[in-house]
Parts: sequence; structure tokens; C-alpha cells
Amino acid sequence: MGDVMIKPSLSTIALRLVFALAIAGWVSLGARSSAGIAETTVKIENFTFDPPRLLVKPGTMVTWINEDDIPHTVTSTTKLFRSKALDSDDRFSFKFSAPGVYEYFCSLHPHMKGAIVVEAEQGK
Amino acid sequence: MGTNIGNGSRSAAETGVERPSRRKVLECMTWAGTGVLWTIAAGVPRSVGLIEEAKAQGSDSLTFLQISDSHVGFNKPANPNAIGTLEEAIGKVKALPAKPAFMIHTGDISHLSKPEEFDDADRVIGDARLDVHYVPGEHDFLDEEQKLYRERYGRGTKGAGWYSFDANGVHFVGLVNVVDLKAGGLGNLGTEQLAWLENDLQSRSASTPIVVFAHIPLWIVYPQWGWGTDDGARALELLKRFGSVTVLNGHIHQVMQKIEGNVAFHTASSTAFPQPAPGSAPSPGPLKVADDKLRALLGISSVKFVRGDQRLAIIDHSLQS
Repeated sequence: MGDVMIKPSLSTIALRLVFALAIAGWVSLGARSSAGIAETTVKIENFTFDPPRLLVKPGTMVTWINEDDIPHTVTSTTKLFRSKALDSDDRFSFKFSAPGVYEYFCSLHPHMKGAIVVEAEQGK
Repeated sequence: MGTNIGNGSRSAAETGVERPSRRKVLECMTWAGTGVLWTIAAGVPRSVGLIEEAKAQGSDSLTFLQISDSHVGFNKPANPNAIGTLEEAIGKVKALPAKPAFMIHTGDISHLSKPEEFDDADRVIGDARLDVHYVPGEHDFLDEEQKLYRERYGRGTKGAGWYSFDANGVHFVGLVNVVDLKAGGLGNLGTEQLAWLENDLQSRSASTPIVVFAHIPLWIVYPQWGWGTDDGARALELLKRFGSVTVLNGHIHQVMQKIEGNVAFHTASSTAFPQPAPGSAPSPGPLKVADDKLRALLGISSVKFVRGDQRLAIIDHSLQS
């Protein structure tokens, strides 16, 4: 019946949702570039880091993009990395090699906080 | 046209710390222009609407100007021509009927700390032909070595640029609360600066009127947006014994006033772009308003000290009108 096609059952919607979330999760874990380096981005928008807490595999290059009209910085709380002031559309990249939790903030608006969580590779 | 009482008296009464004998002097806290006055009553900021301009009077007095958040170099939709509105603000300064003694600038002179932005700001602000006492905003320390501000404006100052001076019996203190900010924190003065402040205030008598100015508000306006200073309360503690304290700040690009005991807090408008009222937008980013509304939300403040009065009269002049 056409009816069924137009109105998918709740379980179908749930399945699609799970599938969509799975893709989103995979994307946030980082895509492989043609060169084989895992890359992913963190958006800076509305004075927040999005996502605020990002899971990545070791060796992932993380790029922050400032989409605000106000400059921000990406500053490690341990001074491991520190961007210059990023104006609108400016980017800053850092490659995370060792597993661990890397907390950072905006040194101009320190209420803005984020973390990159580098997971240990399986079997190690 | 008369001197109208602002909501300052009500907020003071609500805090319960204001002695009745001082209520009268609160009448000096007025606001003029076509913008909107925000006041904080019991910690809740709210608009109290329009108030007529205060009448200038008295001869044994000191009038100075506060200008803030010029953001020279800003060219985003909220105001594609920030240098133009700074020029208009300086035009207002030059058109004032009585020449003020000097100007204080409460930071964010430039938008990105570029030498040409500082050059442009100096050229336009210099056109007012007034001494200018600066304190830095976080936008003035964006160069890699954080030296451009200090080279231009920091001569004779301590640390990252704090200092004090006296004029007409009033003691002025310029503080820096935009460096060495901690993750998750607010504005920061730091122990070295607080120790200097304690020492600086030590020899002053309690009857000396004090004006403290810094970029980020010294009191906690809205921590969710970083609008406050973590150790500001420690500075205010040092100011407690003084009978008249006025705290002038910028950073939040809107007029806000609060009176607590002997301390009157005031934030000035930006000359570049407005920012939203606390919590009224997803972020404190530049507020885009209709072109014909912009100038009502930008402006300068003039501050008048009359000997014998507890409070300094602060008048905010918008760029409109």
C-alpha cells in the first residue's frame, strides 16, 4: 500500500535515525584524506567550540575554523599548542599523536572551553 | 529639561546597603540620548527606557570623557565602518559646549592589534586634542609578542599597563584585567597588580574620590558570557573604605549601571558596534541592527565630578541626535 510508503513505521524511523547517527559518529571520528592522514574539524561559532569534546584516533589532524565575527584563539591548557588570534574564517591545525585528553580554551574569551580526546588504538 | 533620577536609586534601595542620606546624590546618575539604559536591580539587568539629559551646572568641578571599544579595523556586518563611527564620536567630543579635562579610553582600541589599526585610532582620537589615558582590552594584545600596545600606550605604566594619576583632587586608577586569563575563568587582575593597588591606595585618605577604570567589568555582570572579573571583588575590598568610588568599564558594548554602597559601576557604549543584552542572544557576538538604529546604540560618556557630591554624574551621549 502507498500508505505504508508515505508513513514509515516508528521502527523504520528509529532505524534510519540510528544509521544517521552512526554516519555522524564516523564523521566526527575523522575522515581519511587522500594522503591517508585522518583529518577532522572543530567549528568555532557563537563563542563555543563545536563539538566541545571530540574523539579522534591517534595521528589525527584537527583543524579549527573560526566562523564568528570576533577573533578567538585555540590555546592548550598545558601550552602544548596555541594558535594566533584567528579572525573570521581563519584556521588553525594541530596533529594529535599520543592518546590522552587535550583540554584547550580561547585565551581571549576563557569561558570558551573544549577538549580533544585521543583514543588508544585497539590492541595496544 | 531637568535632572531626572535614574533607576540607580531603586537598585541601591533594593540592595539595602545605601544609607538614606546618600540617596540625594544618586540623582546625579543620569543617562541621556535615544538609546536604552540598562540597570541591574537585584542582579537582574533590565531596561529603564529613556531619560532626559542632565543639566550641566557648577564651576568647581571636573569633567572628563570616557570612550571605549573603538575596534578600529572591524568591518563586519554589524558595522562595516567602525573608523567612521569613531570619527563621529570624536566629532561629538569636539562639539561639547565645555571642553573636558581629558579622556579615558577603556580598551579595545583596535580590533586585531594591527599597527595600522593603532595608527588610524591615534589619528582619529588625536583629533579631539585631549590627553587620553588608556587601558588595554583583549583586542589590543593580539600581536604575537604583545608589545604594540605597551610601546604606544604603556610608557610609565607597571606590569601589563596599570597606573594611577590625580586630577582635581580625584585619584584615578587604570587597571588591566585582560591578560593571563585562565581556562574557564573571567577577567583577571592577578596578585601582582592587586598588591600594587593596595600600595597605591594606602596613602590616600578615605575622603579622596576614586575613579577606577578597566576594560572588562570589575563586577560580575554575566559570567556565562565571561562578563566579569574573577578577582574584581578583591580590588573592591581594597576600595571599601573610600567614601566615593566610581568604576568605569567597557567590553560589553552597552550602558549598564549599578550602585552598591559607596561604589557606582558604569559601563560605556562602544563606538563600533553594539552587543546583545545578557542572555538575549545565543552569544555575545556583534549585534546587527537596522542601519538607522546603529548610532543610537553607539556613543561616548562624559563624567562630571562636583566637589562635595558623593557621586560623579555620568551622561552617556549616543551618536544619534
